[in-house]
Amino acid sequence: MEFPLTQYIKQNSSEPDIREFEKAGGYLAAKKILGKTAPAEVVNIVKSSGLMGRGGGGFPTGVKWSLVPKEVHGSGIKYLIANADEMEPGTFKDRYLLEKNPHLLIEGMIICSYAIQAQKAYIFIRWAYKKAEKVIRKALDEAYNKGYLGENILGTGFNLDIHIHVSAGRYICGEETALINSLEGKRGIPRSKPPFPAASGLFGQPTIINNVETLCCIPSIVEKGPDWFKGLSLTGEGGTKLYGVSGHVKKPGLWELPMGTTIREIIEDHAGGMIEGYKLRGIIPGGGSTDFLIDSHLDTKMDFASIRSAGSRLGTGTIVVLDDKTCPVAFIHNLIRFFAVESCGWCTPCREGLPWIEKLLRSIEEGNGKPEDIDILEFHTHYLAPGNTFCAHAPGAVEPLQSGLKYFREDFVKHINEHHCPWK
Amino acid sequence: MEMKMVNIHIDNILYEVTGGKNLLETCLSLGFDIPYFCFHPALGSVGACRLCAVKKYANPDDKKGRIIMSCMEEVVEGLIISTTDPEVKAFRASVLESLMISHPHDCPVCDEGGECHLQDMLVMTGHAYRRYRFKKQTYNNQELGPFINHEMNRCIQCYRCVRYYRNYAGGKDLNVYGSANHIYFGRHKDGTLENEFSGNLVEVCPTGVFTDKTLKNHYARKWDLTNAPSVCVHCSLGCNTIMGSRYGSVRRVLSRYNGSVNGYFLCDRGRFGYEFLNGQEKIKNTYFRSEKALNKEDKPEEKYTSWLKEAIINKKIVGIGSPRASLESNYALSGLVGESNFYHGISASDQNLVKRAIKVLQSGVAKIPSLREMEDCDAVFIIGEDVTNTAPMIALAVRQASRHRYLNEAARLGIRKWNDTPARELDHDLRSPLFIASPFNTKLDDVASEVYNGSPDNIADLGYYVASLIDTSIRIKPETDKKLLKTARLIAESLMASENPLIVSGVSSNNEDQINASFNIALSLSKKGKKPSLSLVFTESNSVGLGMMKGGSLNDVIDLAAKGNLETVVILENDLYRRTEKINADLILDKSVNIVVLDHISNETTTKAGLLFPVTSSAECTGTIINNEGRAQRYFSALPETDTVRPSWQWLSYIMNLAENGENERLPGYDDIVNSMALKNPAFGLIRDKLPSAAFRFYNEKIPRQTPRFSGRTAMDAYKSVREPKPPEDNYSPLAFTMEAYKGLPPSDLVPFYWSPGWNSIQSMNKYMEEPNGHLKNGGDPGVLMLKNESSVSDDYFSKTGNKTIPAEDEVMIIPVWQIFGSEELSSLGKAISERSGSPYVIINEEDIKKLGISGDESCRIIVKNTIIIVKVIVNSFIPEGVAGLSYYLPGVPYLALPLPGKLKKHEKEI
Repeated sequence: MEFPLTQYIKQNSSEPDIREFEKAGGYLAAKKILGKTAPAEVVNIVKSSGLMGRGGGGFPTGVKWSLVPKEVHGSGIKYLIANADEMEPGTFKDRYLLEKNPHLLIEGMIICSYAIQAQKAYIFIRWAYKKAEKVIRKALDEAYNKGYLGENILGTGFNLDIHIHVSAGRYICGEETALINSLEGKRGIPRSKPPFPAASGLFGQPTIINNVETLCCIPSIVEKGPDWFKGLSLTGEGGTKLYGVSGHVKKPGLWELPMGTTIREIIEDHAGGMIEGYKLRGIIPGGGSTDFLIDSHLDTKMDFASIRSAGSRLGTGTIVVLDDKTCPVAFIHNLIRFFAVESCGWCTPCREGLPWIEKLLRSIEEGNGKPEDIDILEFHTHYLAPGNTFCAHAPGAVEPLQSGLKYFREDFVKHINEHHCPWK
Repeated sequence: MEMKMVNIHIDNILYEVTGGKNLLETCLSLGFDIPYFCFHPALGSVGACRLCAVKKYANPDDKKGRIIMSCMEEVVEGLIISTTDPEVKAFRASVLESLMISHPHDCPVCDEGGECHLQDMLVMTGHAYRRYRFKKQTYNNQELGPFINHEMNRCIQCYRCVRYYRNYAGGKDLNVYGSANHIYFGRHKDGTLENEFSGNLVEVCPTGVFTDKTLKNHYARKWDLTNAPSVCVHCSLGCNTIMGSRYGSVRRVLSRYNGSVNGYFLCDRGRFGYEFLNGQEKIKNTYFRSEKALNKEDKPEEKYTSWLKEAIINKKIVGIGSPRASLESNYALSGLVGESNFYHGISASDQNLVKRAIKVLQSGVAKIPSLREMEDCDAVFIIGEDVTNTAPMIALAVRQASRHRYLNEAARLGIRKWNDTPARELDHDLRSPLFIASPFNTKLDDVASEVYNGSPDNIADLGYYVASLIDTSIRIKPETDKKLLKTARLIAESLMASENPLIVSGVSSNNEDQINASFNIALSLSKKGKKPSLSLVFTESNSVGLGMMKGGSLNDVIDLAAKGNLETVVILENDLYRRTEKINADLILDKSVNIVVLDHISNETTTKAGLLFPVTSSAECTGTIINNEGRAQRYFSALPETDTVRPSWQWLSYIMNLAENGENERLPGYDDIVNSMALKNPAFGLIRDKLPSAAFRFYNEKIPRQTPRFSGRTAMDAYKSVREPKPPEDNYSPLAFTMEAYKGLPPSDLVPFYWSPGWNSIQSMNKYMEEPNGHLKNGGDPGVLMLKNESSVSDDYFSKTGNKTIPAEDEVMIIPVWQIFGSEELSSLGKAISERSGSPYVIINEEDIKKLGISGDESCRIIVKNTIIIVKVIVNSFIPEGVAGLSYYLPGVPYLALPLPGKLKKHEKEI
């Protein structure tokens, strides 16, 4: 089995420096295509690899790139932004790549910038990722010194500058248009689409925003070809995927596995199964803003299409496990509290709806719930549906609630009837 | 972008509408009551509040549909929507439920109550029962200065205030803070809102967060106000206003929509400048020889008639008119004294400038743009006029004009102008050319592509030079100043490259060359095949109207006085001490045998009157004034007539009757004076024909000034008499001081208030216009354009006047600095405006400060001719060396014929 994302990473040692990275075959892909392959051809290669955005949306990466117009007006600059603002609850995959293999990201960014002819790129990094920031800064210095960045890269005439922007720490700034606003120094609120960033993004110029993991897939696709990349997967969706598991399992962690590995295999084989005495009640498959799946879904393949048909979303692919010794109401309350605080406050349903849900859940958890509260919670899962709100924040936030009400309704009722949390 | 007609289905009915607009404005134009908050026709759509939801169906077979926000949906061929779908209605009610979570429900004590957009939307969506059982979010309120009251708890976070204040008006000191459900709209700390257009927040805010603080001092509900369509008298632009009164005093001013003039907005001087109407300076009684005020019971006529007869019969009477009096009153005075004895009441130099400016406008070389048309200009050159302070709404219009370039870019990307967020995201180095030539920094500099700071003469030179670069056939002395040369080239190129260039200048800097130069640029552009627009700013509300009349200047009167040729002088609404040096004003008033003054506010001139008649202000009678565009507009009284106060033209007719017959015959009515004005001066025929006469009736009825909900009619005066008095008559207009009479949509120039079933708030305005942002229904945008091209004016270029005054070695050139708050006579008498005007100051360059031995932030003495003024020194790094700007007409600054050379000396405090 091949692991293009993690092959250079050694456990318990620091990140490879540029020499080690090059020795292991790093920057070969960049050298292979820069000035040699037409940018449009690179876009085609990525398109045919079937790579889908690893940030949670699952939009085909090559298609996204192809939306960038050839001609540019205004300042004439196009931008690439690496979205390293990883704040999805339960998700820590990009952090691993950033800290452990910074040059892979840089190489991916060089190739992407070349493909879309961007002259400037930003790494928009979460403020709490202090170590990752340090590692990336060092790697950027090395790449500049070696001539992989700056002017006339590798003598091909291609110019690229990569800047680091440390985010102020808002979940919503991971949403690509809010990210752009934030990068411009504006309030971190999403923009209306259309226009999509590929047409009018950062400073009104064509801009591509890709997740760190997505960009890290690029070098191997370019080097080994789209068919090889497709072949890595167990399903039709190409490549490998970083899957993570947290919760009361024996070995919580992160693994690069073929796309489409089943939930059961990830939890039982790689995470070692549940800790003795704990029983699995459900999982959220892709971070805090995805619907619960339960034990009957364990043989579902972890890819975008399969998880969607199971009633949830692959999201970031990092599983959080709910067990029988944890209160599902408290679990959901904890998530909603995060999403309520992280609402940008732009549109009414999200700004006012999530805090109301949070207060209701807290009240229920503290034993002060009223029978009608469940109706109001249920109402909000419809009220905050996609299309009713400005962006996907609130619809995502209520996903664990709506499926929680479906799978664990009796626990909500018990809280209310018994006036206390049964787990306390 | 091209706008095609398209067919769409709304609630199963086919409509043919203009494509490319947003669905919300289309539905509103068609008369649908779709609730909304964050949309504003002038601000566009952002999709924040989620209230304007409708159901959209993919095709005729789609029965399920999906909820969309109508404000964000472009109207395209084949669109199928439902505005009444049950799911949509439930969703809208839910949005209101969300918004009411933390609202204090304090309508009974809220100034917005009764005209609250939020109240309207609650009723419209039907949300009524509260399910939320937790504590409300509360906020601190801020002290925002004398104009605006802040009550943040009422906020529903629609973001209109910041979008208006920052994006539209260019303000910097109001912002949105916090996130999630802790959103706060305010300043970073307590303090006066600095933007000159802050008052519009009162109308932009859909609830009671930002309310009119001056109204709070004498509060009345919207439904209790007696309202009148009025026209602002505080500058030469003639913005349309609604003036509301109760118990005989004016309570507030709102913007009255005029699609060709001020649109939705007003400046703060126009909105809050009304307080002088209720002030102590208001003259309410006749005064004869400075005795005590004469009430009706004193039978004043018996006291002064014989004196007045003596003063006027067979005497030579000199009449001094005024640019702040109505056309009717100036005309009546001219009629009384005869054209040869009628003087404009402004200095010869001011009069020359006004006449020159009118001549330039009439020349036909350039289009005279309305304020709205200025917004459509794609390159602007402002020559020497600080519009923010002399004609504020031009500054607001120019600010919108500067958006052209990025709006074009947006259009290229397929982004509509109404799609406000993405359109504004393109505002990166994509501003349209805006050039400002000013002696000092101005508030528009932030959107200017180039600012040229030079002396008034240098600015004129720049203008002349730009013209000579556009039309190289103009012979001009070669310019040596490199900076000027470079700027001139840039301006000439940009104006030539634009499609719709605009030149703005005016009379405020008292520099004839600047007006000549702006004419030259306009002419050169039109000779090169461009269609330039030229807007000139005047100083007062009726400067243009007066300038269109025949008459001498105040200097002619001074000459008469010096020769001892003054017998009886009739002064119309004019404080001579603001028009000429004290010594000259004293001369006129001392040398006149009989002085008759007509005015509505007391001032130095009125104190010297032998006979002082109390006259109506613009709030008390019908009148006509002509704005800088040459648009004659009519204002109507918000207050009923009182026993003692009459319009000036009526007093003047009364005097005329006395002079001719020695008897007091029937006085003319309003229509009589307008008719005779038209007969005498055919140009004014348009005014008679196009503006509503007093006799005009709409479907045989008058237009009511009061809303159908006017309350207390039987109780208001019950403390005097329990009998319900007859409502006051209004013989001067087609409006009535009652709630009865015509109930439908009034003619566009007679709109006293905005109301429509379900829409008590100002948003009901939508029902009065053809479409949001469009022209008014029932007669179009009010006003009639008076400045017609006169082919007799030659289209030769002006050459430099050459009348340059060069200051002596130890002198600097003192130039006027106008202030929006304080420089205008009437508004500065009001409390709120005077709080903003501050004390007089001089701005001067650091180098000059060193040279003259004075220091910044301290007082200095300015010595001009024989006048000494003590003012504060403010260092200004923009004003050129050798020039000092004096805050004009601020309290303590007397009339000076600026620009003049003067000395600045250190002010040693007396011991």
